[in-house]
Amino acid sequence: MAVLYVDNQPHEIRPHEVGKNLLKVCLGLGFNIPYFCWHPAFQSVGACRQCAIKLFKDEHDTKGKIVMSCMVSAKDGMRISIDDPEAIEFRARVIEWLMLNHPHDCPVCDEGGECHLQDMTVMTGHTYRRNRFAKRSFRNQDMGPLVAHEMNRCIQCYRCARFYRHSAGGRDFGVMGWHDRVFFGRFEDGVLQSEFAGNLVEVCPTGVFTDKTQARHFTRKWDLQTAPSVCVHCGLGCNTIPGERYGSLRRIRNRYNHRVNGYFLCDRGRYGYEFVNSPHRIRQPLLRENQAALRPISAQAAITHLGNLLHSGRAIGIGSPRASLETNYALAKLVGAENFYHGMPTKHLRIVRAMLDVLKRGPAPSASLHDMEKCNTIFMMGEDIHNVGPLMVLSLRQAVLQKPIAEAAKLHISDFEDAVIREAIQQEKGPFFTGVPGFTKLDDQVTQAYRGAPHDIARLGFAVAHMIDPAAPAVEDLPVERVQFAQRIAKALQDKKPLIVAGYNCGSESIVRASANVAWALRKKGFAAHLAYTVPECNSMGTALMDGGEIDDAVQAIASNGIDTLIVAESNLYRQLSLSGFDTILRRIKHLVVLDCLPNETTAWAELVLPAATFAEGSGTLVNNECRAQRFYQVFSPAGDVRESWKWLSAAMVASGRAQSEPWPDLDAVLAALARDIPVFAKVPGITPPSSFRLMGMPVPRESHRFSGRTAIDADQTIHERPPEPDADTPLRHSMEGYPLQPPASLLGRYWAPGWNSDHALNKFQQEIDGPLREDAPGVRLVEPSGGQPSAEALNIEYLGLVPPAFQRRAEEWLVIPAYHIFGSDELSMHSPGIAELAAKPYLQLNQADADSLGATPGQLMTMTVESAVCTFPLKVGPGLPDGVVAIPFGLPGLPGVALPAWGKIRPAQPGEPTGVRQA
Amino acid sequence: MLSEEERKEIEAECALYEHRRPATSEALKIVQRHRGWVSDEAVKDVAEILGASADEVESVATFYTLIFRQKVGRHVILICDSVSCYIMGYETLKEHLGRVLGIELGQTTSDGRFTLLPNACLGVCEQAPAMMIDEDVHGHLTPEKIPDILSRYA
Repeated sequence: MAVLYVDNQPHEIRPHEVGKNLLKVCLGLGFNIPYFCWHPAFQSVGACRQCAIKLFKDEHDTKGKIVMSCMVSAKDGMRISIDDPEAIEFRARVIEWLMLNHPHDCPVCDEGGECHLQDMTVMTGHTYRRNRFAKRSFRNQDMGPLVAHEMNRCIQCYRCARFYRHSAGGRDFGVMGWHDRVFFGRFEDGVLQSEFAGNLVEVCPTGVFTDKTQARHFTRKWDLQTAPSVCVHCGLGCNTIPGERYGSLRRIRNRYNHRVNGYFLCDRGRYGYEFVNSPHRIRQPLLRENQAALRPISAQAAITHLGNLLHSGRAIGIGSPRASLETNYALAKLVGAENFYHGMPTKHLRIVRAMLDVLKRGPAPSASLHDMEKCNTIFMMGEDIHNVGPLMVLSLRQAVLQKPIAEAAKLHISDFEDAVIREAIQQEKGPFFTGVPGFTKLDDQVTQAYRGAPHDIARLGFAVAHMIDPAAPAVEDLPVERVQFAQRIAKALQDKKPLIVAGYNCGSESIVRASANVAWALRKKGFAAHLAYTVPECNSMGTALMDGGEIDDAVQAIASNGIDTLIVAESNLYRQLSLSGFDTILRRIKHLVVLDCLPNETTAWAELVLPAATFAEGSGTLVNNECRAQRFYQVFSPAGDVRESWKWLSAAMVASGRAQSEPWPDLDAVLAALARDIPVFAKVPGITPPSSFRLMGMPVPRESHRFSGRTAIDADQTIHERPPEPDADTPLRHSMEGYPLQPPASLLGRYWAPGWNSDHALNKFQQEIDGPLREDAPGVRLVEPSGGQPSAEALNIEYLGLVPPAFQRRAEEWLVIPAYHIFGSDELSMHSPGIAELAAKPYLQLNQADADSLGATPGQLMTMTVESAVCTFPLKVGPGLPDGVVAIPFGLPGLPGVALPAWGKIRPAQPGEPTGVRQA
Repeated sequence: MLSEEERKEIEAECALYEHRRPATSEALKIVQRHRGWVSDEAVKDVAEILGASADEVESVATFYTLIFRQKVGRHVILICDSVSCYIMGYETLKEHLGRVLGIELGQTTSDGRFTLLPNACLGVCEQAPAMMIDEDVHGHLTPEKIPDILSRYA
């Protein structure tokens, strides 16, 4: 242990903290030093001068000198003072000067009450304004539907520009002007182009950037009811803090998980939440009798009806990768495992199962987002990562800097000196190779890219694996320039920490197999390769770990076996099936029962619709892309009869006579049954404490101790104080009352500490700054390579075969591949107005040569026939698409789930042919 | 749209650097030399040539006070307001200039002939008070000398 003397008191610091900056070390020791420009994710630049302290030469030095704590390395035996009068005076002057132009509009500012600037101003004791002169003022910009801009509040810490440009790679935002007219904004008004722009709201220490969606239903931080949650809008499983008041969800904030999302979220995750408040929500059970319209019925009547359906005739169930493990498990138990099918496109299921197979066999483990940041060489196959696993972009952008940063370290630059490091490395980047079917937004980070059809990308991967280890299957007839490219990749990957990225973007199992061969070949050669896979939905991995049939088998079963009842849990079959498959189900099934939160093409045909809780209204477990199981907790009790799907299904067990009493009265019961029945989920109950968990005999409150209006919140209806909503499932309570101190990390639903009202209170919850939380619970990884990670010599790898043939374009047909969109391809977030406004509009995309060959021009309506669907959409000309390939957006509202890639025919639309999709 | 000549000059600057973006300030100076100022349109054009975003070019353009992002007169008068010139009569001079031209600091004469701007030190303290018109420095100024100097700039 090293010793740091702070105001003459010795403090032990961990050996690895020697050499870290003093600000970080002191915050970790629990000291309060005010700061603005420093942020744990983008380190020090020493710009704001707010974190000044005194540094002494030795114990005899009584004078000392003022230094910026964020810019000085901690050393063993170092003597500093935070409380030195000169340092205090210095900090007070600095904040007075930073505050010269600040409008002091806290009461009308959305940041008020959780503002780092407020906290720091109070911390430094700047309570009286002396400046009598006019304040400078700016014209604010319209930055789109998600982020509001109020430049007058700016104190020029530069964090926004550093995040936007360096961390997120955005190029349409920056710093303008000079002197006292420094302006952070865009060249002209317009939507911020970065998918991570929403983080400006949290990165900004004051209210320059605020949440525009929250402003429409604004609530102060302390008035929100919050609980720990997990994002449901992609497969990465970022941790979130949703906040509710008056029965509506008000916002999403980042929840720190040092293994997963760290400090940031993508905009789909941050702003997709408004679907929970949709006026179209299903809040009551609905029954259709005699082909009439759906009519509301009571919950009991609905359960009885479902029980009767199950009692007579054969039933099957289709689960969902966007529903919790508990719901999928409950459905499988209700209908019987042999009658349970996965509610995702068959192609997706096969790809996800291929990934699981690869990860189980090993030896290459999956990488967490945190692991990815530390990798130094990347080979990415087939992924347009901004659109299929957005937050992975931030990790990959860090990874390409690892090699240049290691070079900079040789110049004796401390690892926290952000500006110096950037100056030293200029535009250097580590090796990053991709094979993708078009241009992607990450291309400016890429060393060299190959653009080809999915099969050819897989072949490139197989070739790379073969070049690393000749025992891996070879690829025949590869063009010479691709052989050279594969050689270049194979050479570069043989490094300390290679990362292989693949996923579902191309709809290709071959790519997954190729990625496995590359990672395994590297492992065999002794390189610590990791795999990172993207998956389509928040629980794709979790459901794929369960037994169950493919959805196309369900259609087959329905078409041939006289099945009477189909129960669909939180899945819109229209998105999972071809039009003909969907049609088969509607025509052949007698009773369609759907559990979901919003109406869709499937609920429209249902006989019985049961209102399912969203992530914010229920508790459950999701398994992310690296197979990490994480718990999300109910944030608030929903209005109406809304409840978790597994609760409906549990009640149906009794009503159908399949159980004497409800098998799962609470979450712990369903988790215990899940863990008992399916061994891979054995650890799932233990990722958070059981509902009986108490701290000093108390549960953990979801409301802050400053929550206002508890006794008056219903005063317009009743003079009585509403009792807290019951919650039998969790150790949390819908109340202000409960354990007042820090709960374990898995129950931590807000960051607050005395004097720290903003998100920066997170400092007080970490074991060390930028490290794990206290009583850390980052979820549990369910799949690790079997037999651990043996040494290279002990490895006996059976490489995967089935190298696909090279892609051959066809004369009359086109290979249709899916194009995913961060705004548009996710089903639920499209019910949020801000996301819907930014969403892509349907199109068909060809490269220029192919468009010319059809004599088509951009914007012209084209008609494509693929499987049983005829789509008429405007043409977009996309550079980088391979010849003979057409891309169509995946998952936009109204688009059916065609299994892509598939072959289709294209022709210019005839006059009067309507845009949209219809059956052939 | 930038002229062929402007593009050629910018390309020549780009050739001097490993990457194209470091040529940003020179490119802006080239545009300003040809047009007197840098319009929004020109910022976008320069960005395109350099493979930068308009925001990135704007960051550079607005950092330098002598890159004019608004239209200026045919001749730009930079009157020095640094300490030496201040002591030696900057204020009298500024008021006189303003009266003669009928404008204040930051404005352009209605005939588009002169724009009057302050400048923090022209680096000719020994000639204080001083001003610069276009590329020419004029020192040891007195109100009496002003009409004659201005008459040289049509």
